[in-house]
Amino acid sequence: MGFHIPEDYYYTKEHEWAQVDENIVTVGITEFAQDQLGEVVYVDLPEEGQKVTQGTTFGVIESVKAVSDLYSPVSGTVIEVNTSLMDDPSSLNDDPINEGWLVRIEMDTEKELANLMRAPDYKKLIAEK
Amino acid sequence: MKKTPLYDDHVKLAARMVEFAGWQMPIQYTNLKEEHLNVRSNVGLFDVSHMGEIRVKGPQALDTLQWLTTNNVAALEEDQAQYSLLPNAQGGLVDDIIVYCLKKNEDYLVCVNAANAEKDWKHIQENNKGAELTNESDKWGQIAVQGPKAFSLLEAVLKIQASIMKPFHLKKLNWKGYSVIFATTGYTGEKGGEIFIESKGASELWNELLHYGKDYGVMPIGLGARDSLRTEMKMSLYGHEIDDTTNPYEASLGWTVKPQAKDFLGKEVILKVKEQGLTRSLIGFKMIERGIPRQGYTLHTENGENIGIVTSGTHSPSLDEPIGIGFIKPDFAAVGSTFYVDIRGKKIKATTCKTPFIAK
Repeated sequence: MGFHIPEDYYYTKEHEWAQVDENIVTVGITEFAQDQLGEVVYVDLPEEGQKVTQGTTFGVIESVKAVSDLYSPVSGTVIEVNTSLMDDPSSLNDDPINEGWLVRIEMDTEKELANLMRAPDYKKLIAEK
Repeated sequence: MKKTPLYDDHVKLAARMVEFAGWQMPIQYTNLKEEHLNVRSNVGLFDVSHMGEIRVKGPQALDTLQWLTTNNVAALEEDQAQYSLLPNAQGGLVDDIIVYCLKKNEDYLVCVNAANAEKDWKHIQENNKGAELTNESDKWGQIAVQGPKAFSLLEAVLKIQASIMKPFHLKKLNWKGYSVIFATTGYTGEKGGEIFIESKGASELWNELLHYGKDYGVMPIGLGARDSLRTEMKMSLYGHEIDDTTNPYEASLGWTVKPQAKDFLGKEVILKVKEQGLTRSLIGFKMIERGIPRQGYTLHTENGENIGIVTSGTHSPSLDEPIGIGFIKPDFAAVGSTFYVDIRGKKIKATTCKTPFIAK
């Protein structure tokens, strides 16, 4: 399938991506995730300043079909939230890997990145689906 | 896992297949919202071959069905159909069903939910009053054709005057050598009907409907949109609005219960609950604050008292807003009442609204 999976992103097995710029991590869902979800109609995101932990839920995304938890790829503090998604989540379907970003997190430690997948491994994961 | 006679057709159409009630079923073909709106504006085809069919025949057929169901089967004339319920001895519901009268007093087809087909078959056998029973679930494929353009498509393919048939009527016919029962029933609130066809002819009929349907904007519709379409009409789904413990009066299904007409299984308990006063009502509601209600979420007063539960909830594709169905204390059943839905620990304000959610 023709999902765009940027080589420079990190990935979780729950289909979030993480783009790392020094200690700031931008987080979103992958194209595979949006394809599985279908039309996203609701997003519940944390507030700025909230602490998040790697592998635990930080929000919820709902499509017409289902509710899905969002899992944080790293531990740290939320410093920015894509609040435009609250009113209009359509960019989560149209462009989940850029414009549809969810939150920016100031990460506690780079070491946690070792727990995430890189693009080749993530491609393998979704190929098995 | 079981496959319907249309399994290969779904795979060819690149449907996303899921397990449902032991069957491999298409959950969606393209996109739930697109499929949903196409049924509201044009026409959609649904594979509902997973539904069970039980044939009830012979001199004791009517007596058996009168005992087993809540509605008055004696009022059914040949070629008429009736929505009804299978009560249990405790006054709850084994299933909701449609009874098709093939010949008055002596030959009926009962269509049951796929998830309950085995349970119903056992229940009907155990409470049989001497009818000849056959489980015909494997014999029939079933295709629903629903939407404002459904009758035009049905007339083109089946060569019948579907548009002059009243709701809940049926026509027995032969299509390309296959036995067919066409009935003006459905689960979307739209015009159209459901076609029972011998399993071996189902794929040919499906493809013919898709082919001729191009002129009418036909789309195949998955189980996802089937659920959002019925939710917009506040039609019950077994396992959501009704189950083994539901009293039909509290589930707004009192219109299918005819205690004056006959005796039936569980009648005394069902009536006793009604006389004692119902403790909950099935309502439709909308959200005042942001959030989507889902099955199992609880309903509360402003100060936190638990007053009910959500049975179904979704984002309505037609209205583009969240809608919910749930049981609530009768005090909150009036349109305009406000209460709170517990959505992942947050109390989100909601209000009882008129149903069906969309005008039909």
